[in-house]
Amino acid sequence: MRTAPTSIKTLPINTTPLDQRSRQLRRQIVKTIKTANRGHLGSAFSLVEILRVLYDDVLKYDASNPRWPGRDRCILSKGHGCLALYALLADKGFFPQGELWKFCKSDGILGGHPEFGKVPGVEASTGSLGHGLSIGIGMALNARYEKSSSRVFVVTSDGESNEGSVWEAALCAGKHKLENLIVLVDYNKQQSYGTTYEVLDLEPLTDKWRAFGFGVREVDGHSMSELLAALRQTPFEPGKPSIIICHTIKGKGVSFVENNLNWHHKTKISDEEEGLLLAELER
Amino acid sequence: MRKACLDSVYELAKSDERIFFIGSDLGIGTLKQFKQEMPERFFMEGVSEANVIGMAAGFALEGKIVYANTIATFITRRCFEQVALDLCLHNLKVRLIGNGGGLVYAPLGPTHLAIEDIAIFRALPHMTILAPADANEMRRMMPLTVDHPGPIYIRLAKGGDPIVTNENGPFQIGKAFLMREGTDALIVSCGVMLVRALDAADCLRAKGLNTAVLHMPTVKPLDTTALLDSADRVPVIVSVEEHTTIGGLGSAVAEVLAEANFRKVKRFKRIGIPDAFPDQYGTQDSLMARYSISSEAICRTVAELAGEAESPIGHS
Repeated sequence: MRTAPTSIKTLPINTTPLDQRSRQLRRQIVKTIKTANRGHLGSAFSLVEILRVLYDDVLKYDASNPRWPGRDRCILSKGHGCLALYALLADKGFFPQGELWKFCKSDGILGGHPEFGKVPGVEASTGSLGHGLSIGIGMALNARYEKSSSRVFVVTSDGESNEGSVWEAALCAGKHKLENLIVLVDYNKQQSYGTTYEVLDLEPLTDKWRAFGFGVREVDGHSMSELLAALRQTPFEPGKPSIIICHTIKGKGVSFVENNLNWHHKTKISDEEEGLLLAELER
Repeated sequence: MRKACLDSVYELAKSDERIFFIGSDLGIGTLKQFKQEMPERFFMEGVSEANVIGMAAGFALEGKIVYANTIATFITRRCFEQVALDLCLHNLKVRLIGNGGGLVYAPLGPTHLAIEDIAIFRALPHMTILAPADANEMRRMMPLTVDHPGPIYIRLAKGGDPIVTNENGPFQIGKAFLMREGTDALIVSCGVMLVRALDAADCLRAKGLNTAVLHMPTVKPLDTTALLDSADRVPVIVSVEEHTTIGGLGSAVAEVLAEANFRKVKRFKRIGIPDAFPDQYGTQDSLMARYSISSEAICRTVAELAGEAESPIGHS
């Protein structure tokens, strides 16, 4: 019987240093969350490099014309990580930076989960988990029908992969051999209640996706170079959709947030805590 | 009616490249011609309703118009959240075709009966609910579903249902149709209940009660103007539906009547399936008989209420 090595059942360690831009994006996330005093900080921190590599180096888009038909589609299926997405979309000019200061406010467009039609650059409303991959499949099939070179990127989470709908979609993507579909799993091994190993183990995760007909790669999800190298090799196998299992750390970048489930979703952040967060991210 | 619906999807798709079809795991040969002639717009995705709806949303977000088809109870219950969020929240042009609305699958038991499908979807913003009476009406209705804004649920009956509407009659989504005029009572129906409503009206006429019949093939948005206009003229109103009396046409009618604050007291009753999982097999007709959803029962109910209305003793 095959069993996962003991080490995989412990909390992950990642010592990849963050460069100035990754720290700056995290500082932006801290300041945004402080305006609402609530949000999924740990979930956003684990996601920063995944979204950064997409928006900095991979995706085709026109921030001044977010519905440009030739764009690549990017769906943040783990909608609760939206603070990282908002920081990048604002940085790229999809909407004015000032919107960030209205996060979760009644006169703002940026809520605790991203909404299509409200936020320029958001392709689909997400928040309830397990929806984004099927929507992405429809978009990828449409791109194939239209003979468009647009690709579809779907960013999912490990907790999200508890949902049966993710695996319905996985079957479907494999069946249709969607080479233009790329999934990135933010695999930080923590969900709300505890580790993914304790709550609902996904291992062996790469074998699962391979069995569903995907080309699979594993990367350090905080290494821009590893992420970029993998994305440049997509599709990994001819006639297959691709998935990148991104090994990440929940709360990556701040020592007292990393792997700390008290920071999965915060409903109150004191001025002192904000100061400590920003101080670590200044270094 | 099912054949008329799917034939229409095929005909409409031939002349409109925006139209796509997604089925779950339908009977062999379903839309064979569609698949042969337009394979790139035909999908059969297996017993995976959540994925089918999400995929339809993906196409619709790209400007396509998707007809998605499976058994009514699975397209309403099984993937409710996908319908609510992927379709209704995004307000997309996806048309859900539900086979076997109501008690059609009586022999298959409660797992296959769609008796609260309308209630489920009535609660969703942006959703339009259509329950035509027969194949004629289906043929007139389908072309109008193409460009209608937002998602639509199309409730199919068994097939071979009696034809009661005119081949060339009018149809408009959101409009009720007064099939019979009358000043003594009003029967409001949707879907295949129309034939029972009309038979009941004949039976009541023989008893001296001039009974109007208002057919409401669009259950949402309800044509409240037509309903209030008809209801205002009569002392007795009865709704008839092949659906639980909780949340369907009868509830929709009751909500409108309750807020109308008529100056004269009205007698009102909903005829439909009680709040229970049907405990027998048999046929669609035998289950309807069990729950007194028949022209005789409608006739009896209206006559009783009319008798009460004439009597000074009552709830007034």
